[in-house]
Amino acid sequence: MATIMDPTDERVPVTRQLSPRTGEIRGRLALLDISKPRGNVLLDRLEALLSERLPGIEIQRYAKPTFTKPAPDALRAEIFEKNDFLIEALAD
Amino acid sequence: MQSGQALPAFLLADSEGAQFSFPNGRPALVCFVKNDCPTCQVVMPVLEALHQALGDEVDFLVAGQTLDGNAALIENFQPGFSVLDDSSLKVSFAYDIDTVPTLFLADGEGRLESALIGFVREEWQALSERLTGANGVDLDWSALPEWRPGCGSLSVDPVIADRLRAEAENSPLRARKIEIASADDEFEFMFDQGFSDGLPLVPPTPERVMRMLSGTARDPQEIIGVMPPNMGDVTIEKLAINAVMAGCRPEYMPVIITATEAILTEAYNIHGVMATTMGASPVLVVNGPIRDRIGMNMKLGALGQGNRANATIGRAVRLAVRNLGGARPGGTERSTLGNPMKFTMCFAEHEERNPWEPLHVERGFAADDSVVTVFTMTSGPTLIVDQDSRQAAQLAGSFGLSLESAFHPKAHFATEVLLVVCPEHVDTLIRDGYSKADIRARIQEVTARPLSELVENEISAVGFKQAAFDAMDEKARDRKLPKFKSPDDIHLVVAGSDAGKFSGAFHGWATGEIGSISVSKKIEEA
Repeated sequence: MATIMDPTDERVPVTRQLSPRTGEIRGRLALLDISKPRGNVLLDRLEALLSERLPGIEIQRYAKPTFTKPAPDALRAEIFEKNDFLIEALAD
Repeated sequence: MQSGQALPAFLLADSEGAQFSFPNGRPALVCFVKNDCPTCQVVMPVLEALHQALGDEVDFLVAGQTLDGNAALIENFQPGFSVLDDSSLKVSFAYDIDTVPTLFLADGEGRLESALIGFVREEWQALSERLTGANGVDLDWSALPEWRPGCGSLSVDPVIADRLRAEAENSPLRARKIEIASADDEFEFMFDQGFSDGLPLVPPTPERVMRMLSGTARDPQEIIGVMPPNMGDVTIEKLAINAVMAGCRPEYMPVIITATEAILTEAYNIHGVMATTMGASPVLVVNGPIRDRIGMNMKLGALGQGNRANATIGRAVRLAVRNLGGARPGGTERSTLGNPMKFTMCFAEHEERNPWEPLHVERGFAADDSVVTVFTMTSGPTLIVDQDSRQAAQLAGSFGLSLESAFHPKAHFATEVLLVVCPEHVDTLIRDGYSKADIRARIQEVTARPLSELVENEISAVGFKQAAFDAMDEKARDRKLPKFKSPDDIHLVVAGSDAGKFSGAFHGWATGEIGSISVSKKIEEA
């Protein structure tokens, strides 16, 4: 990990930090449907493909009540607590 | 270190993870060693003999500087004391040692009684006798060398020392540290954060920033001003960070600091310079002895690429404007076309080829002062090609005719100019005894136009408004207006190679109170 000194006036938080890549994917994966039409179709297909290719993962499905608003805090907290990875799917 | 002085407290672990603290209420021998130092190999048996003689009366805190080396010391000497892990070198650094072995004898409160550097048999023997009294140690002193110099402590290795200084508790660095995740590419990361002008940046690691700060004696936390539009505090440290990113060397820091102070003045008005849709940017001109000291280019290609000091000093100042002030294209930087001088524009005056007063002397400084002058340009260097004029009046006439294009040929009294006269042109001018004042007067003379020619018309609406013109009497209409409001709006410097009859001009921006006024500032190198 490299450390650099912030050249700015530090009024904006630093963004975009990639998680370390371990070379393998195992653990708990959340698939979040934002509740746009046919998002579930995309996620069904994704779930099938991921289950086939990555037997080491355990998949949980979640859905936002509506795509027009951010996910409720409780849902975000649950996803964060119970999962290691998240794939959020848009669809139209 | 003075006898009686409190030695730095520390907590170190041995290879088994057992912790040892200092001070611990008992007298202690603190010794720094590294395995690959032959003198440390000499003192290890001595330390062991002392340990056997003194037992628990004295704490033995022998700190080794590398993990592998510590393992080797333990294997080879099987000491009765632990070899403590100072592979981070933090304790070695805190003790400010240059040499291993260095041995400190401290009392129970951690105060220094004496210190031995390297191995001088007599000194070590005297210390041993003092500590063990009549019992002595089980050691054949005569078998040991009389004297061995120590080796360099790893904590003063130049590469490591900068890191240690940056990490130390009294580190001068206060800026936010950003950890770049190992999966991120640090160069891509800096682009993504918006730190860059579009070109790659040198990652401003704490070590590099520490090295950059060695180029100035100024306090890293000194605030030299606030950078608009965000009004971010400009500290010496922040400038050093941007200077690292720009690719500077530490010795450029005094120029960068002074240039930044100059653009932060009310007169210079960096906010307007950045915000204008005209695409303005600072040009930095450096005069005085520092030019040579830091290797600036003032000769062949002085206004172009290829010289590190010229290129990176200008870039560091621009990055500071961007990162500390937040002036970014599309934000408060609104220039319609922009211009490549916004990456960097800094050069030195070729004073030795200047028969007149150099820029800084003309502006009130001593010849041996180092000075940076900031000028706002909107275009240029626009080449003035005159390979034909052999008389000063012709050549200065050419300057004038070429300068008509600044802003617009019909725009008089609108801006100022930084004219960079090349050496061959200097020779032509000086042959006829032309002074700077003569050059300026000739430019004003050949550019003077009757007001009637500068009124808006069917060819171009630029110029005096018809209504205002109509309201004037005939005398006023026939009045001739030179290009520049004052001869002082023509700034003259000399730069370039000895071959070629090509001078250059940086056209200015809005002048006076509403625009940007050039500022010169003495570079303090202390």
